[in-house]
Amino acid sequence: MLKFTEEHEWLKIENGVATVGITTHAAEQLGDLVFVELPEVGASFEKGGDAATVESVKAASDVYCPLDGEIVEINEAITADPSLVNSDPQGAGWFFKLKLANAADADSLLDEAAYKELVG
Amino acid sequence: MDGSSELKKTPLHALNVSLGGRMVPFAGYDMPVQYPAGVMKEHLHTRAAAGLFDVSHMGQVTVRARSGDNTDAARALETLVPVDIVGLPEGRQRYALFTNDQGGIRDDLMIANRGDHFYVVVNAACKDADFAYMQEKIGDVCDLTLHDDRALVALQGPHAEAVLAELWADVSAMRFMDVRACDLHDAHCIVSRSGYTGEDGFEISIPAALAETVCRRLLDHPDVLPVGLGARDSLRLEAGLCLYGNDIDTGTTPVEAGLEWAIQKVRRTGGERAGGFPGADVILDQLENGAARRRVGLRAEGRAPVRAGAVLATDPEGQDIVGTVTSGGFGPSVDGPVAMGYVDGKAAAPATELYAGVRGKFLPVTVTAMPFVKNTFKR
Repeated sequence: MLKFTEEHEWLKIENGVATVGITTHAAEQLGDLVFVELPEVGASFEKGGDAATVESVKAASDVYCPLDGEIVEINEAITADPSLVNSDPQGAGWFFKLKLANAADADSLLDEAAYKELVG
Repeated sequence: MDGSSELKKTPLHALNVSLGGRMVPFAGYDMPVQYPAGVMKEHLHTRAAAGLFDVSHMGQVTVRARSGDNTDAARALETLVPVDIVGLPEGRQRYALFTNDQGGIRDDLMIANRGDHFYVVVNAACKDADFAYMQEKIGDVCDLTLHDDRALVALQGPHAEAVLAELWADVSAMRFMDVRACDLHDAHCIVSRSGYTGEDGFEISIPAALAETVCRRLLDHPDVLPVGLGARDSLRLEAGLCLYGNDIDTGTTPVEAGLEWAIQKVRRTGGERAGGFPGADVILDQLENGAARRRVGLRAEGRAPVRAGAVLATDPEGQDIVGTVTSGGFGPSVDGPVAMGYVDGKAAAPATELYAGVRGKFLPVTVTAMPFVKNTFKR
């Protein structure tokens, strides 16, 4: 199940665990990323919490946790090479895997058609 | 609210849009922050080949003595800047500062001696205030004209000379900070060998109506990429150059900012034309006795950029605060974070270990001599 947030994150949800990243639109808007800071495995976040930070040459931006949950895996490949987020934002450039506190929460997110409408 | 209709456009606005520039408001203008290549590529391309920047938002002012004697204009300008203008030869340009009565900096600028007048380039955000200030202070002695009828572009990088030589062969004879009039593609231009990137290069003033034609000719060259404000900022930061409003302002003096080199001996205590500029008492005293704080370069140990506003401490807990970062970001050529800021004198020596507050943590940084990259000016 592929879902999106208005904050330009995508979630691929399988068995109550969401793989989370930023959308192609977000990666284009941010420009070349030079630094990514990821949360620690085991950390718990509420929806909207500051889970990660991305920095372009010019500016820093927060990546919000899209739903309540616990971080169960992080993608260290993007901290080693932040440009992966630009080159493959919705694939190899994923950020973290989040074990959802309530799997049903995902129903409140946008589907792909609604997200596409949002970003025009 | 859509404020874009109130933004001013440079003579190259249509070209910037057609090149795919991502336009943002900057100093009242609709300006390209980057083109499709992106900040990183634009930055690296400028250091490897050549980048073309639209800087037409900056203010171009001619200063002409009413008496017809250019020395009178030089003397008038010397009442506003702590710089040797009387001794500036024809065809040469100097970096200067408008100081205020407290020794602070109203703006930084370039002043060129064009023989029968002076040609001055000031910052976009300050240009209306600068022009009014010059009118008020030296308008009785000089005729001043703000040239909104001219575009200004910068062609920067190691291939800039070869690119420009295809339009104007004589460019090779110019040295760093030389200024010449020339015709490029039938446009009457003023070319200076200078810039804001730390690279060799040129700044070219072009009549507005012909600016797009000249720029398209330059962009036709395979070595030239258009470069936006994003890379302009990372290039100048690596070069250790101040951004007015960030690194220098009315609350910082030239000595605090490490810009003593811009104040020639003749304007210092004991010099033939010592003082005579706003804030001279403060600035001359600091030249003799030093300032309590200094602008310094900073390199971070990790990969996390340290940005403007970060506090600087001598300890990893952030208890002993000794300064603040005024500009910082990622340096693509350095391939790591670079920053500059003001610190107390005790913490200003190169190799001093400090800690910068970033998102609640204090990250180790080291005071480092600037520029962060070797400049390649053709002296």
